Amino acid sequence: MWIRHLHALFTRHVRHFPTTSSDKREIACRTRLFCFALSGLTVTIYLPIAELSVNIFIILGMGAAVGFLSGMFGVGGGFLITPLLIFYNIPPVVAVATGANQVVASSVSGAITHFRRGTLDMKLGTVLLVGGLVGATVGVWIFSWLRSIGQLDLFISLLYVVLLTTIGLLMLQESLRAMRKAKLNQPLPLKRPGQHNWVHRLPLKMRFKKSKIYLSAIPVVTLGFLIGILTSIMGVGGGFIMVPAMIYLLRIPTNVVVGTSLFQIIFVTAYTTMVQAATNYSVDIVLAFILMVAGVIGAQYGVRVGQKLRGEQLRALLALLVLAVGIRLAIGLFIRPQDLYSVAVGGIGY
Amino acid sequence: MFCRLALIFSFLLIPVTQGLAQIPMGEASTAKEGLDIGVSTNEIAITSDFRGADLTVFGAMTNADDLLLAIGNYDIIVTLEGPRDYATVRKKERIFGVWVNTDSMIFEQVPESYSIASTRQLDDPTQLPPINTAGVGIEHLALNPIGYIRDVGELSDFREAYRRLKLAGGLYQKEASGVRFVSSSLFRASLRLPANVPDGVHIVRAYLFKSGTLLTQREIPLRVVKTGLEQAITDTAHNQPFAYGLLCVLIALVTGWGASIVFRKD
Repeated sequence: MWIRHLHALFTRHVRHFPTTSSDKREIACRTRLFCFALSGLTVTIYLPIAELSVNIFIILGMGAAVGFLSGMFGVGGGFLITPLLIFYNIPPVVAVATGANQVVASSVSGAITHFRRGTLDMKLGTVLLVGGLVGATVGVWIFSWLRSIGQLDLFISLLYVVLLTTIGLLMLQESLRAMRKAKLNQPLPLKRPGQHNWVHRLPLKMRFKKSKIYLSAIPVVTLGFLIGILTSIMGVGGGFIMVPAMIYLLRIPTNVVVGTSLFQIIFVTAYTTMVQAATNYSVDIVLAFILMVAGVIGAQYGVRVGQKLRGEQLRALLALLVLAVGIRLAIGLFIRPQDLYSVAVGGIGY
Repeated sequence: MFCRLALIFSFLLIPVTQGLAQIPMGEASTAKEGLDIGVSTNEIAITSDFRGADLTVFGAMTNADDLLLAIGNYDIIVTLEGPRDYATVRKKERIFGVWVNTDSMIFEQVPESYSIASTRQLDDPTQLPPINTAGVGIEHLALNPIGYIRDVGELSDFREAYRRLKLAGGLYQKEASGVRFVSSSLFRASLRLPANVPDGVHIVRAYLFKSGTLLTQREIPLRVVKTGLEQAITDTAHNQPFAYGLLCVLIALVTGWGASIVFRKD
């Protein structure tokens, strides 16, 4: 079903490319061929850590679709990959750890671009990172503990539902307001980076030259810490929370926010991958590699499409997508499961 | 003392019983029935395109009584038992509208997978004589809980759920007509290994029943191994988790970096 949607999405946006008609026809033809191949072929591949056989084209399609969206919206895509993998019956333990690994790849290319452009504050990123690494360690500890008491799946779903619906609603509200304003030709209210709030009265102030900001280290480390916990429990980079928090809470200039958060995400997700591999043995390298390759390629197309769309439309679309994933997970929590019992291999704690 | 008397007595009866129809007590055959089995392979490899496998077990009965064979009084059951591990069964309950795992039970050392094939339906009471399948079959697997049990009355529910879920997941299988006699004493059993079969040492067991009672059994090990790359990955992940994690991160870094070079717009 989603393959058809993907096809529609591809062909719709092909129209926006400034290409000749023969090019257009070729792209449309290739896309159709690609989608046909996706829906028709079933080549199974055995995932050694997840210990099950999957259709490689579904995984490739998932990676490409999420890569496309992440390129389009400028997000890491971890918050989409992990639920999708869980919907496809990959054990949540593996989905989370592998998701974190995949985010490393998708953040690197973005961070390199920002580094070249000079929109990356190393010092700010490093302070965030200190908090992030501690948070990731605590997160993995919580992860293992939840797994041992049998509440991991529930907790992952709950966290996703709460975060995705909250952020989805906030984004939707904001983008709708912006669209209404744009229609009435009203200028958008300017964000004033100079404005101060309680965050700026905290001690331990540091000067971040690149960001041109003088800020206490406490909220920065705390933010990194909280996102680090989410990275290990949810398998996300956390950019979708970190970016708004940096802009609205810490008042960091918008131009360095994305690059700096990506810089920090690389290291926290890399660290999480290592710790998950060492404690839960749950990083599936085969699954991660397929997702990465499909993801980075999909992202390139996503970036091009994203440039053709207007900012507020893009944000509204992303908001709807985030909401949809959240609602789908919420339904899973509230409907009566087919079987009230479940079996897991191993008796943890004995 | 009584036993020995009975034994002597039965020897005295030999010439008489040989001529007559079979009397259950005091068998007349000179040697005991035996069983020999062989497997089509002793190692099954999980390759990257593994979608399950079929295992054929061949066997022969020795010293079988022709009359009993003719009326179908011999039964063969062949099982394939996976490696043993603890199993945790959890039960969900609704708390504030959300389904939450509330109760759990841990069973000690149960096989992760179990396939059974037999000459006829095992739990069908209409077929005579009934097979005394003590210890054989999914219904007779020992499910011993360990640790603290909150409610003993729930034990049977948990055991039943365990068997149901294992059967539904395909790791436990039963094939009522899986064993077929090729000739009067040769038989062939086919067992199916599901795609998610656990790796490790499995045990093929064959049981010979006469008139519903277990006579003898044979067993041979079967190794299920991940091969090539799959094996290397699993080994590294468990034996050198740090190096494995580092490798995962490196691959991710190279993929991301490579993409930024390949798709660089100058």
